[in-house]
Parts: sequence; structure tokens; C-alpha cells
Amino acid sequence: MSESRLNVLKTYKLFVGGKFPRSESGRVYEVSDAKGNWLANAPLASRKDARDAVVAARKAFGGWSGATAYNRGQVLYRVAEMLEGRREQFVREVADAEGLSKSKAAAVVDSGIDRWVWYAGWTDKIGQIAGAANPVAGPYFNLSTTEPTGVVTVLAPQDSSFLGLISVLAPVIATGNTAVVVTSYEAPLPALSLAEVLATSDVPGGVVNVLSGKASEIAPHLAAHADVNAIDLTGADADLARELEVAAAENLKRVLRPAVTAEDWTAEPGTERLLAFLETKTVWHPIGV
Amino acid sequence: MPQSIPQTVPAHGPDAAARLASMADVTASDAALRRFLHGLPGVDAVGLEGRAAMLGTRSIKTTAKAYAIDLAISMIDLTTLEGADTPGKVRALCAKGVSPDPTDRTTPRVAAICVYPDMVETAKAALAGSGVHVASVATAFPAGRAALPVKLADTADAVAAGADEIDMVIDRGAFLAGRYLSVFEEIKAVKQACAREDGSAAHLKVIFENGELSTYDNIRRASWLAMLAGADFIKTSTGKVAVNATPPGTLLMLEAVRDFRAATGVQVGVKPAGGIRTSKDAIKYLVMVNETLGEEWLTPEWFRFGASSLLNDLLMQRQKLSTGRYSGPDYVTVD
Repeated sequence: MSESRLNVLKTYKLFVGGKFPRSESGRVYEVSDAKGNWLANAPLASRKDARDAVVAARKAFGGWSGATAYNRGQVLYRVAEMLEGRREQFVREVADAEGLSKSKAAAVVDSGIDRWVWYAGWTDKIGQIAGAANPVAGPYFNLSTTEPTGVVTVLAPQDSSFLGLISVLAPVIATGNTAVVVTSYEAPLPALSLAEVLATSDVPGGVVNVLSGKASEIAPHLAAHADVNAIDLTGADADLARELEVAAAENLKRVLRPAVTAEDWTAEPGTERLLAFLETKTVWHPIGV
Repeated sequence: MPQSIPQTVPAHGPDAAARLASMADVTASDAALRRFLHGLPGVDAVGLEGRAAMLGTRSIKTTAKAYAIDLAISMIDLTTLEGADTPGKVRALCAKGVSPDPTDRTTPRVAAICVYPDMVETAKAALAGSGVHVASVATAFPAGRAALPVKLADTADAVAAGADEIDMVIDRGAFLAGRYLSVFEEIKAVKQACAREDGSAAHLKVIFENGELSTYDNIRRASWLAMLAGADFIKTSTGKVAVNATPPGTLLMLEAVRDFRAATGVQVGVKPAGGIRTSKDAIKYLVMVNETLGEEWLTPEWFRFGASSLLNDLLMQRQKLSTGRYSGPDYVTVD
């Protein structure tokens, strides 16, 4: 019985606006494991998929940025719960993608989930460290508070398909931004599975949009897009990053440059990525008599 | 037919009445009108929807797209029909209609600004000398539930205030109850109320509210009924109900206009309104017009879009074509 059973292969799809479309272009590419064995076909996203993703992210921005920080924290914690439930799947995918042993892959997945929880906890605390009650020379309350930047394009790291992805994605959405993620080209499957987790948790559609494909093909359009407010260049090589930063200057996007030396994703992340995509709003309010 | 008489006359021209008189026998009585309207061929719903969907698959790119976008902008009746309309808002909309994209002066103007009758004066003053028309809804828009004298006064007010075009609604209750002649007489009466003292007249657009007519057959009947009564334009919807302009409904009206011209020689315009929000949709409608009626209708004189948010999307697409970068809502006015 089991010998004659046909394999049920999974069709990986993009994640845009809470739905799982195929690429508009109809293209797919072969994804192999670290040893070169075929794993699955992943959609090869096109310029138009990127365009649709930005529209979805913009549409979701009002609701997500307007949700209370506490609520966002709860929603993100729920994602961690769902990740935990799919732990075995992610261990297998990370082991295949990065050529790790099962136990090492399990350690990577565990620290990925822990990192997600860590960022979920920051949602209602980042305001305390980045905001301030400013002393001013007059009878005013002068308060600086944080506001999300807007739609953020994230070029996920090419090497670390799960822990690295979470380390760049979670801080972006924790602070109330919405994200268009371009996955690692060689190892997109953990990211596409993460999309399934997001779709079945309480994250509103469009808050995270996942595109698998070539950063060199999609990212220039996202970097030049006037409705994208910021871009995280972590997954781009030096030449591409330079080209994208030039394109991003057109509408004064916030740009997070890639690290000069390879990043250690297992290290304590710190708040740098949380603060990278925040704006400061300062209000003056007269002190009552 | 003698050479001196042009084969086709515009519905708003002086010769149209004589042509319509040739159809006077079908509008002589309620029974004759019903016989005629119910004698129109039934609509093949599957075929109609299939044809509309098929025409929506044409790929319009590069220079053709640029042309279509500019054409669509020039065909827009930029509309604000809210209870909360203020003179300031109407003036802002007029400024936008005259210069849709202030960063690019090559952007064409819209065809008209569509407002409620009490805002006509404001709009007229704001548009003075620009060539952009003022269209006013009238006849107890959007429900049309008022007595005829009220509707006529509503229309006459708008015309007196300077409206170039009147968008009237038909009495759907009477139409659905089968009292076709009363709908017919009402349209005729409103058409007369569109006349100005100097002998000219405001153009009359007749709104059917397709979403309330429930069947394609009814849309075809309403189209013929309005055209027989002297409509200059037939318009799909008010934009105030759940179902507004749809491609099949509009295609059906385009076909009715084509058949009406073949039968009478009178040329009538079409205006889909409500629910057309993207450039892609607008271009699909233009393809439909070109394929059904031909290039003659591809001017603001014979085809209009009733829309408000469509203009912003067209402008963003226009910016994308000229700069190569995707634009965003931050680069067009919010209204």
C-alpha cells in the first residue's frame, strides 16, 4: 500500500494581500537543497507581483499601524504559537535549505521562534525608549512619540532562510509598518511556509507580502516605487545595494544598508532594526492652568 | 435619401426630432410602446457576458496605453454627489478637473464636473472660461421618487444656474410596473425643461440605474425607451446602489445605441458610472466602445465615465508611463 502511493507534492505560491496567488508572470523556478537535489518549484515573482504587493501593503497599513501596540503584540505572539505548531515542517525545510543536521536545524528554528516572541514583546515598549517627554522653555507638554514609517520593502538575507528572515521581518511589522518581503533566491521555501503561518494566524492580509524570486529583478522596481517608504537592503549584494540606494533616493526613502561584514543572526539583535523604520512625531500641548 | 441630409445626426442636434418622429407610431400609446419594447430581441445573457469578458482581455500597452489614458481622462465626468458637499469642496474639484496633474501641464482636462443642482452656480463660476462643462444631476436624484412638477422644477433650476448637461434618473418604479409611456413622457418633459431661453438646450443624460432593473432585457428596453424619448446620452447608474456600471450592462447599452443609429440615424452617447476605479477597467470600456461602436464614439462628446477615484488612478498610471517609476497616492490630490 505505502509503496504504491503517489507523492503529493506541494505547490508553493506567493503571499500577497492575504491570498496565495501564482506569479502573474506564470513563471516558476527550481529550488534545490544544499546538495543540489530538487526540492520543489517556487514562483518566480515579477515586477507586477511586486506592484500588487505594494498596493496590498498600502491598503493594510492604515489598519495595522492604527491597531494598538498591545494588540499588535498579541497578534505577533499568536504567530509564534502557530510557528511552534509547525516546528517539524520548518526544521525539515531549514535543514534542506541550509544543509544543516536535524538537530542544528531545530536549534535554528527554535531561536527563530524565540526571536519572533522577543520582537512581539517590543511592540508596546519601543515607544518608551524611542519617545520622550521633552523639557521645553514654556508652559507646554512636549511629547515625542514614534510612528511607523509606512510600507517597507525587505530584501531578506540570502544565507539564513528562516532565522535571518525573521530577524529582518519581525521588527518591521512589530512597529506598525507593513512589509513587502523578497525572499532568499536559493532558499525561499521557509519564507513561503512562514506566509502560510501568517495567513492562519491573526495578521491582517497585506501586512506581510512574500515574493520569491530574484532581488535583482524585482527590487529595482520596489526601490523606485513612489508608494514605498523605506527599503531594507540586507539581502542585496554590494553592487545591487548601491543601485537600489540610488533609485530609493528619488522619493527620499529610508534605507537600511546591508552590513559590511556578514551578519551573525544568532547574536542578540538589539533594537537597531526596530528603530530603523520609525518616525518621530512631536506634539506641543499647553499645560492647563 | 438626398445627399444634403447627413446620414447620422447627433441626438442633441436640431434634426434629431424629425428622425424620432419617424418612430412616432411605436410611442403613440402605452400598448404600442409595450408591444415595441417587448418585441425587442431577448438578450443572450451568457453570450453577452462572454463577449464583455473577452473584450476585457485585450492587452493595451505603451503608446496605445498612453493614448487610452489621456482619452479616458478627457472623458471623465468628475463627480461629487455627497450630502456633505460644500462650495469649497466643489471648487477644489473644479480646480482638479481643469488641471488634473499640476506637475504635468500636458495632462488633458476632464470633460465635465458633475454636481448636485445647488452647486451648479459654484461650479460654473469656478470653471468659467476653462471649457470644462458643468453637469448637474436632477429629477430627485438618486431615487427619482418625486412628483413630475418637482422634477421639472429641479431640472429648470439647474439649467437656469448654468448647467451644460443634465443627468436625470428614470422612474424605475413606473418602468418595472410596466408603465412605459409615463416614463417616456417624463423623459420628454425633462428634455423640454432642459431648453434655455436662447433656444439652445442642456444635453440630457438619462440614468437607468441598471442595478435596479434586474434583467438584461430590461436594460435593453430602457435604452430604447430613453433614446426614443430624445436622450442625448444614456447612463448606467447613479453610483448610489450596490451594483453600478458593469461591462456586460454597458456593452448591452452600446449595442442598443448602435442599433438605434442603424434604425433612426440618430447618434446617442453612453456613460457608464459608478464602480470604475482603475485605469485597467477604464481601458476595457474604451476597447468595448471601439469594438462595438467604432472610433467615432471615442470622444468625450459621445462617451463619458462617471467617476471620482478613477481620475487619480489614471494620473498615477500616467506618471508611471512618463517616469518609469510606480507612483503612489501621495502624488495625486486626495478629494
